Amino acid sequence: MGRYLLRRVLLLIPIWLAVYTLTFALMQATPGGPWDREKPVPREVREALDRKYGLDRPVWQQYLDYLASVVTRFDFGPSYTSRGRTVNDILADFFPVSLTLGLLAMAVGTTLGVTLGVVSALRHNTWIDYLAMAFAIGGVSVPAFVVGPLLVIVFALGLGWLPTQGWGRPEQAVLPVLTLALLPAALLARYTRAAMLEVLRADYIRTARAKGLPGRLVLLRHALRNALIPVVTVAGVLLGTIITGSFYVEFVFNVPGLGRYFVTAVTNRDYPVLMGVTLLFATAVAVMNLLVDVLYAYLDPRIRYD
Amino acid sequence: MTEPQPASSPSLPRARQPAAPALSAAGEGWPALARGGLWREAWRRLRRNRAALAGLVFLALVALGALGADLLAPYPYWQQDLAAVRQGPSPQHWLGTDELGRDVLSRLLYGARISLAVGLIVQLLIVLIGVPVGALAGYYGGWLDTLLMRAVDVLYSLPDLLLVIVVMSTVRAALHGGGTPSGLAAVDAAFGGLLGVFVALALTSWLTVARLVRGQVLYYKTREFVEAARALGASTPRLLWGHLLPNTLAPVIVAATFGVPHAILLEASLSFLGLGVQAPLPSWGAMILEGYKAMRAQPHLLIAPATALSLTVLSCNFVGDGLRDALDPWLRH
Repeated sequence: MGRYLLRRVLLLIPIWLAVYTLTFALMQATPGGPWDREKPVPREVREALDRKYGLDRPVWQQYLDYLASVVTRFDFGPSYTSRGRTVNDILADFFPVSLTLGLLAMAVGTTLGVTLGVVSALRHNTWIDYLAMAFAIGGVSVPAFVVGPLLVIVFALGLGWLPTQGWGRPEQAVLPVLTLALLPAALLARYTRAAMLEVLRADYIRTARAKGLPGRLVLLRHALRNALIPVVTVAGVLLGTIITGSFYVEFVFNVPGLGRYFVTAVTNRDYPVLMGVTLLFATAVAVMNLLVDVLYAYLDPRIRYD
Repeated sequence: MTEPQPASSPSLPRARQPAAPALSAAGEGWPALARGGLWREAWRRLRRNRAALAGLVFLALVALGALGADLLAPYPYWQQDLAAVRQGPSPQHWLGTDELGRDVLSRLLYGARISLAVGLIVQLLIVLIGVPVGALAGYYGGWLDTLLMRAVDVLYSLPDLLLVIVVMSTVRAALHGGGTPSGLAAVDAAFGGLLGVFVALALTSWLTVARLVRGQVLYYKTREFVEAARALGASTPRLLWGHLLPNTLAPVIVAATFGVPHAILLEASLSFLGLGVQAPLPSWGAMILEGYKAMRAQPHLLIAPATALSLTVLSCNFVGDGLRDALDPWLRH
């Protein structure tokens, strides 16, 4: 286990380097650099800016310098577009909002998805099952940037129950959380149903039933616990859907989070911000996948990594 | 979705329920492989799947609309009519007009072209990248396998849209870098940035196919029929083309079928965020963005492209599910 863990932690390094190199290549490949706007910037100004941000040095030196500052001091440098603010300031401002939104969506999505999956497995091939699977396939097919505006039209503009956008008050969180939770819920419903159906056919469930255990106990202690083990493995995928979902959910509901800021940074060619946010997201997913694998071994005693 | 099975009495223990028809067919399907019987069998099973059939019919309609857009569309997709902006549905404009007075139905039809082109061309590129990578890794093994599969692991661990956005920005920047526009840049500009979308989606989505093909090749390269061919002196290309790759066909088809809606959704997401296809090309994602901005007064501007996109992706998923079930005997081992 120790050696396996070490190997997995070491695998984080190439992931990091790949993301870093890709984003760095993006910075380099852009014609004219980040200062090109509608109005051309005078040459002297551009050269001064280049000097200030170290962009006049050879490419390999920039690559190493920036890498060193990120790794040793966790310093992504100043933002290109927000005057006088560093990438770290921006992360500190926007990340807590996205974290709250993401955790809430994860909680709602998990509850909804697992419940639907379990119920549809227990009521296999009944209308409840078909309805739950219709939700699951719909949730995968209808993107968040369609669901979000539709929810706004119905619950905010039509019924007037909830605000159309914004962030801060609890009622403003309802629609964005629901929208963001939809895809993870749909995926989980499908995984849970498949795992549950598999487990319900297992011999030990028949044994438990045969020895006269009450149905509820069989379900909770034997079926659900074992069914959820393979479901745990998709946690990394779910986190990925929450992160990419936040790009448009935060945009649609005007939530001041990191996802919306990321898209703005791409449009504005604010590469240090892009670098910081991309590395943060990639690390989050990689660490989640690592945790999942460790947890998986812990939950299922048959799995041992050597 | 699997086809609804005949309802069994609830008192029957689950373990004693008859197995899915796919399982029992597996044994009979194998000998028929050489005569193409499995394909006929798969088609027969696909036809019985009502959801998949409905999906196929809808996709055929979308394809018809996309191919015949020049004939079917009542107006050119870019034609503005500033005297008739933001109109509701009417006999002149069946689905109304947008904020520049462009006909929504016409734009939807041309948008179908973009969505289908993205879905299909990206799958083609993915197969062109993923199959060789997976086949080489699986066949040769060793350091090549380790190198390729670790690269796949690294890319796999990143959220898809995040990777697509970064790669696409890089591809765009590289295409349009330098002073004089190159041939490719001109092509990209002529197609409203579609080339960048194709390349970025292909470069980020070949991983699944590569993994599948590697797994199949690993499994089959030690089977007796491959050993026999090798013993008879078959060359490596012949082993790969004649014996190993045909056996990767079914999972690759299923993966590519599910890849189509994935690519369509990613392109729409990019265009919704303003990073994908450039105006005035009518991408459904971009139309949804315009509809979102106008949803207070003209919800039809949102609902029309949203319905088109959702139904298309839904149909693709139905067909994918149906194909997976229909090709089940090939996907099992």
